[in-house]
Amino acid sequence: MARNKTYPDFDAAVADVPDGAVIAIGGFAGPGTPYNLIAALARRGAKRLTCIANTTGGAHKPRMPDIGMLVENGQVAKVICAFTAATRASDVLPFTKYYESGEVAAEIVPQGTLAERLRAAGAGIPAFYTPTAVGTELAEGRETREINGRRYLLEYALPVDFAFIRAARADAAGNLRFHRSQRNFNPLMAMAAKTTIVEVEEDILPAGAIDADDVHTPGLVVHRLIRVPPPPMGLWTRKREAAK
Amino acid sequence: MSWTRMQMAERLVREFQEGWVVNLGVGMPTMIADVPMGDRDIIFHAENGVIGYGAVCAPGTEDLNLVNAGGQNVVLNPGASIVHHADSFGLIRGGRMDVTVMGAYEVAANGDFANWKLKGAKGGGIGGAMDLAACAQRVFIMLEHRTRDGASRLLPRCSLPITAAGVVTLVVTDLGLFAPMGEGFALRDLAPDVTLEEVRAATACPIIA
Repeated sequence: MARNKTYPDFDAAVADVPDGAVIAIGGFAGPGTPYNLIAALARRGAKRLTCIANTTGGAHKPRMPDIGMLVENGQVAKVICAFTAATRASDVLPFTKYYESGEVAAEIVPQGTLAERLRAAGAGIPAFYTPTAVGTELAEGRETREINGRRYLLEYALPVDFAFIRAARADAAGNLRFHRSQRNFNPLMAMAAKTTIVEVEEDILPAGAIDADDVHTPGLVVHRLIRVPPPPMGLWTRKREAAK
Repeated sequence: MSWTRMQMAERLVREFQEGWVVNLGVGMPTMIADVPMGDRDIIFHAENGVIGYGAVCAPGTEDLNLVNAGGQNVVLNPGASIVHHADSFGLIRGGRMDVTVMGAYEVAANGDFANWKLKGAKGGGIGGAMDLAACAQRVFIMLEHRTRDGASRLLPRCSLPITAAGVVTLVVTDLGLFAPMGEGFALRDLAPDVTLEEVRAATACPIIA
């Protein structure tokens, strides 16, 4: 009988996140973002965090819990993201002010390299070579190597302490299924993390209710499950509008 | 009369070949999925792992867990599939994209382009642009020919930090369709009623007609 990984609430699930933790937060443009866990982390108040995600958030309305809010809360020492500023000069991310003042450090990483660094960490690969970013400012002063006539950049794995992710469906053993583009970084972050915490959109099923062939992420790398309650208690993905 | 953004998209779409896998970036390129492809079987790939998506959803029909690279809710075409981010970029680095279409701030005659960092900014927004630019079979750029101040966005060399070196295949602007040739751009097509002289006056490097 598999252990039931269900937790009673979001606060209990993040209660042991310490100061200085490295936290990977899933999601891409809404789908798969663990809004409820981010909100719980803000309540928990752990500090000097390193946050890994596609973006720091905050470019759209309605504003949902994001890394920018943890930054505003004084909880973040560093972010590792594919976006540390908006690409349109007219859009200003809430994070940008803190970055420009030097209050928070940031490492900008091309999105495919970010995904592969997480994948490598989860797969026990310490580093890899990629053609991405060769010849750009990002490669300056870093190790490159020519392999079969092409120049590649050395990138290191990105192991994490906690992964915060969101899935559509889970069974009590922690086996996960994602719906549509909700998948994005989430399976990689679960693999890369020592502890994976998942907010789940549907009622958590008994172990075995998801057929073994249909599992996207195995319960082996999933440790805590919390069912997202209906609004207003739970936060759900909403249709985005550009913030103006 | 220069091309509208939709006409720019339509002009680029004429270059797509049967069976191509086409990656569409954020901004102007997203409208390409709304252009009719005629008889051609074109597969749209979004960097978040959606393979085979179609037009933006009609209001009220959205699945909020399904977005393209620009965060728009889109439909899945028959035969669509979804993978996670590492597989999505594995497909990109593995050379499966016949073309990527991206917006840019600047594009240079040597095939460089810049679309991730503005002048004087500490941060930037790379997203998947560097992976796509380095690894897609072709890179098509969509951008306004001039800045709001009238300066040419087609340059001998980029002034902003580049996204990738020497990769651009085709450039569509409101004035025409161009190919970088090293020291200048070859003119491939002109928007209606735009003259070669106007293009040359608007461009900071030679136009080869």
